[in-house]
Amino acid sequence: MLDNWLFIGIFVLIAAAFPAAPIIINYLIAPRKPNPIKQDTYECGIETVGDTWVQFKVQYYIYALVFLIFDVETVFLYPWAVAFDRLALFAVVEGVIFILILAAGLIYAWRQGVLEWT
Amino acid sequence: MTIWEDPIKFLNDWLAGILNAVVDFLNLPAGTTNFILNLIGVIIVATFGLLLVIFLTWLERKVAARFQDRFGPNRAGPYGIFQSFADMIKLITKEDITPTGADKISYNIAPLLSVASVILIWAVVPFTATWVGADINVGVLYIAAVGSFGILSVLMAGWSSNNKYALLGAFRAVAQLISYEVPLFLALLIPVLLARSMGINTIVEAQGTWFVVLAPLPFLIFLTSSIAEIGRTPFDLLEAESEIVAGFHIEYTGMKYGMFMAGEFLHAFTISVLTGILFFGGWQGPMVDTYPLLGVVYLMTKAFIVYFIVMWVRSTLPRVRIDHLMAFNWKFLVPLSLVMLIVTALLDKAFEAHSLHTWILLGANVVVALITVQILRVTGRRKEKELETFPKRPVAVPPKEEAPA
Repeated sequence: MLDNWLFIGIFVLIAAAFPAAPIIINYLIAPRKPNPIKQDTYECGIETVGDTWVQFKVQYYIYALVFLIFDVETVFLYPWAVAFDRLALFAVVEGVIFILILAAGLIYAWRQGVLEWT
Repeated sequence: MTIWEDPIKFLNDWLAGILNAVVDFLNLPAGTTNFILNLIGVIIVATFGLLLVIFLTWLERKVAARFQDRFGPNRAGPYGIFQSFADMIKLITKEDITPTGADKISYNIAPLLSVASVILIWAVVPFTATWVGADINVGVLYIAAVGSFGILSVLMAGWSSNNKYALLGAFRAVAQLISYEVPLFLALLIPVLLARSMGINTIVEAQGTWFVVLAPLPFLIFLTSSIAEIGRTPFDLLEAESEIVAGFHIEYTGMKYGMFMAGEFLHAFTISVLTGILFFGGWQGPMVDTYPLLGVVYLMTKAFIVYFIVMWVRSTLPRVRIDHLMAFNWKFLVPLSLVMLIVTALLDKAFEAHSLHTWILLGANVVVALITVQILRVTGRRKEKELETFPKRPVAVPPKEEAPA
């Protein structure tokens, strides 16, 4: 078991090193002739007006909140699915009730119009 | 044991023997052999993944071309197979431009993360029954966790580029990717539930009958939300060319751009492999008990068939609008996957040892699919009626004549 995590540990390093290698080679052999116009932000040929890092729509934030609820709930369901053999029918029904409460949250968000993209 | 029965283990033992002798001779610490063997395994798997990208780019262009009644690359080498190498050489000699005002650190880390998040999934892919990189008992959770890093790379790239197109792309990407992660995880839960394990290899071994038979609807949900996760047409809003030019990677040049592309292609193939593993029996197939190496052939065949379907979808469907995209996810995929989860859990428990277990689950899927289609038809008609009460097209109203002053 520990062996497998060693494998993944090495994999993390290699997975970072493999894409880094071509980028470093590119950095070493590519020409470098910077000038202000080339390094300017791309935008249809004229200079960008104003700050790029603007405030964003609150809609994204609400979606993120709904996502967070669902994601956490799904993670809670994984142990339930793994232990399925050892669960009595009663425990399975409890899991289903858990999912139904989750669904109630979705219906609430739906009725509130949170899921409407405007 | 001969080499043909299990060549991977044979080679592994053979290398371990040699390494042990060397380690003994040099008086190195005891874990060194293990470490080196793991390192070799990692390098083989990772190299395989990255070499695959070169082939995949060629395949994608060729197949997409045939779908559009073109030839595709056909100059460089037989069937244009060296085209990808030419592209690679070109990308690697291109100037690396960082826009002024970019956040340098996250700008440079993003492409690495984009590839790393995909290639890390290959650590748990079971190629044969015994050749599994890391046979951890939380494999599915690992895939979900590592796959989520891809979203981070998109957000980092978009935010740090100091470009408005890139920022718009990043916003859209995050909204889309996190939304489609919900049905993806819920669909991923069903193979776990049917196999009663999160270990990838255990899931494959549990597939005496492929899970696509037991759970065809979750398979479709998984495939759809996976296509949305990799951001391909019809869900390519994060890099929609005609709207926001190239989206989050607009400012990237040279190999950094290449790494985003490599990450995307590899991600597309990786989800095909995962579909093959979770729903199509992975390395299982005829004669696989006698010759385990055949498992690799079976897995890759299944993966390439699924990959072909992904390419097919890409060349057939147009891009969806963003409100349709979100509505499709939250109002269709998420409720459907919740229903499928409840149905599968209850029926699987109730008819656990029943002789018709497979047929009952398949039948339940068909029933749910029919009910869903009916609901969609009814709501669709209601929508149509609502629209009929309004004028169908916006009518141009002539401007009012201004009263003479």
